[in-house]
Amino acid sequence: MATPLAKARGLGAAHRGTETFWRQRMTAVANVPLVIFLILSIVTHIGADYATVRAYLARPLVALAMLALVISASIHRRIGLKEIIEDYVHGEGAKVATLLLTTFFAVGVALASTLALVKISLGS
Amino acid sequence: MGNNNTQAQRPLSPHLQIYRPMLTMMMSIAHRVSGASLAIGFLLLAWWLVAVSSGPDAFATVNSFLASILGRFVLFLFSWALIHHMLGGIRHLIWDTGRGLDRTSIEIFAWGTIIGSTVLTVALWVAGYWLRGGA
Repeated sequence: MATPLAKARGLGAAHRGTETFWRQRMTAVANVPLVIFLILSIVTHIGADYATVRAYLARPLVALAMLALVISASIHRRIGLKEIIEDYVHGEGAKVATLLLTTFFAVGVALASTLALVKISLGS
Repeated sequence: MGNNNTQAQRPLSPHLQIYRPMLTMMMSIAHRVSGASLAIGFLLLAWWLVAVSSGPDAFATVNSFLASILGRFVLFLFSWALIHHMLGGIRHLIWDTGRGLDRTSIEIFAWGTIIGSTVLTVALWVAGYWLRGGA
């Protein structure tokens, strides 16, 4: 016998309640200013030379915003792609495989971008 | 499977091909397509960042692509997908509050996302070129 409260405490089939829903909204809000910053960064630096681009990315506030964007967007992307896969990939094996690949892809892109930003900031 | 007797023969819910295409439905699909395509855009960003951190030679390779006409076109599409997905997302955040779910509002949101994303993307590119001094 499960009372409504007990069901609520179980937090649904994943036992995590609305955590993913909330995380997707939080990263969405964070992404709004960060995405505008990214587009302006891109447009102001298309075709610029190496020294200019490197100096720009080494500025602390620029690096911080880029890092925030990379992390926030990666979390958001992983949840979004997971949702699409859960809707359209029906075979259990294929679903697990694509979910794994999606997660590895999101983490890989995030780590590569982060490492690059750290290297640029430290000047190594 | 059709001959599998262990599975109950339940009616299937109609899928995409059965419905008349509507703007709001297209915008729902566009939100997913733009979101998924941004994965490629962020791969480009990672490529660019890694190249800058690696040195002038790696940077020259990436730069020769991104600064080309094709590269600039790809970057424009990337920024348009970003803004389109952003406005579609803001629409979702408004819906989360329980507001704007009536028929008139969803039509306004749909057109607002299409027109707004185009105008805002062009405006950001104009602003960007203006900031760098028209180069």
